Amino acid sequence: MKIAIASGKGGTGKTTVSLNLALALSDVQLFDCDVEEPNCDLFLGFDLEKVEDVVCSVPVIYQEKCNICRQCSDFCRYNALAALPGRVLFFPSLCHGCGGCTILCPEKAIRESKRPLGVIEKAKEGSSLEFYRGLLNIGETMTSAVIKTLKKYIDDRKTAILDAPPGTACPVVASIEGMSYCVLVTESTPFGFHDLRLAVDVVRAMKIPFGVVINRYGLGDSRVEEYCKAEGIPVLLKIPNDRKIAELYSRGIPFVREMPEWNEKFLGMFEAIKLQLTGKEEART
Amino acid sequence: MMQFTVISGKGGTGKTTLTAAFASLAENAVIADCDVDAADMHLILEPGILEKEDYCGLEVARIDLELCIKCGKCREFCRYGAVNENFGVDPYRCEGCAVCTVVCPEGAVSMGKRVSGQVFYSETRFGPMAHARLGIGEEASGKLVSAVRSNAKKLAEECHKDLIIIDGPPGTGCSAIAATTGTDLVLVVVEPTVSGIHDLKRVLELAAHFMIPAVVCINKYDINEETTRLIEEFCTDTGIPVLGRLPYNDIATKAMLHKQTVIEYANNSKYADENEFANQVRKIWARIKEMLMNTQNKQEGIKTLEMKNL
Repeated sequence: MKIAIASGKGGTGKTTVSLNLALALSDVQLFDCDVEEPNCDLFLGFDLEKVEDVVCSVPVIYQEKCNICRQCSDFCRYNALAALPGRVLFFPSLCHGCGGCTILCPEKAIRESKRPLGVIEKAKEGSSLEFYRGLLNIGETMTSAVIKTLKKYIDDRKTAILDAPPGTACPVVASIEGMSYCVLVTESTPFGFHDLRLAVDVVRAMKIPFGVVINRYGLGDSRVEEYCKAEGIPVLLKIPNDRKIAELYSRGIPFVREMPEWNEKFLGMFEAIKLQLTGKEEART
Repeated sequence: MMQFTVISGKGGTGKTTLTAAFASLAENAVIADCDVDAADMHLILEPGILEKEDYCGLEVARIDLELCIKCGKCREFCRYGAVNENFGVDPYRCEGCAVCTVVCPEGAVSMGKRVSGQVFYSETRFGPMAHARLGIGEEASGKLVSAVRSNAKKLAEECHKDLIIIDGPPGTGCSAIAATTGTDLVLVVVEPTVSGIHDLKRVLELAAHFMIPAVVCINKYDINEETTRLIEEFCTDTGIPVLGRLPYNDIATKAMLHKQTVIEYANNSKYADENEFANQVRKIWARIKEMLMNTQNKQEGIKTLEMKNL
């Protein structure tokens, strides 16, 4: 089973839920898909090793063969190629690596090389949890490419927990695509609620079964609970607005480690997810 | 015209709360909400929309199944896995590169426009505002951020405003880059947590990469004073000014529930801690204003110098 932990708004507790859930389960893989700002390993303290470079295929233009016919620069939808009177210029940071220019060039003056975008790392053998993360290089924009590469390491025989990035744009879609279930973490504030509804739109559009975790429960008002009730969305867990949890987080400690009663609650949440999915399966058959 | 962006790396550290507060303190500014895929500023500023336009980002491929001979070339060459077994195009995967139109021997593929969001020109109680809504799961949020910024510029010119205050997105990717490049100053809002420090360092690297001066403000500093001290030391060592500290306080949520900025909310509050919070925000804004003025004076100084040299 593959479970993504997402949210519209940032800072609602995705990483907290991902870590605590993964630590409560056995035979589990944890993936940090927030490749722009991955934080999971800060709470795990594992030694990481690189398993793969994430690269983008980019054009190399052989100027001696190029007759500046402009077909490549006219074609490029990302404005990564510009034909000047004397030569064609390439702007690597704009290139999406589609390969169109190489195919099109009538003079065969373009070849491809690889440009690094980021890395995939994993926790070294012997770590207490199978953990992978992606890391996007600073100044790079191809977030989704790193996420897609990271997801290749999902082992279908195990439970996979994916800590998704915030928002509702392409990096989120790249993370939650193909998941069996999506947990949306929110807080019951006007911002939290507004962004939750955006996230619900995304998972509904992608037809992924989902449930909600209300974090900092007690903060704000009751709008998230009322909404979930009205929409028939299961509330999987409520994590109280407890300063102790915030302080443990600030020190890099997943709170199930210090508050073991929560182990049960995360296990209960996992059971509730399985039940919801079997219910859906039965309803279908 | 000066441009100033609030970013954070990590989400949920208080960017929008602070940006809205700054909007209520600035005298002559345009507000731009550039967190386009989870835009929340409008929940506090309640903009009246004056004008709205569809935003078309990248195109999407369409395969005409009448013409398609199922040769599979499009699938073979698509690097985004966007063409499925039935030769349907997955709009979430398609990046609009148009390679499929080139490799199709039958001319069965064409590129179609796709509306990937909307942009708005609005008026708020604190001045004009540019903002947007990104369609669900759309590509090109960075491009939409750029569109909001250019709309904010237009508004600033039309309304004779000399400052654009930008609420940025979390992260370091295409939206964060689009929201910060070419601005005069960025404020990074950080919380004293292990993730906060980590994300702060990455986002400061981003600012350095694009050579934008950065300043820092620590929110909820009292949740871990040891880490707050570490952040301050790190900033001192790297020459980045820390403009202020804000305590852990529910005022942000309370103000949000009243659709007010923390400044407005504190004006009607009799609680000393809430007034003190607002005063700290005022102090941070005063220092930002001072820094922006200095930069502006320098820029004007350089211009005068250049004219003299001519």
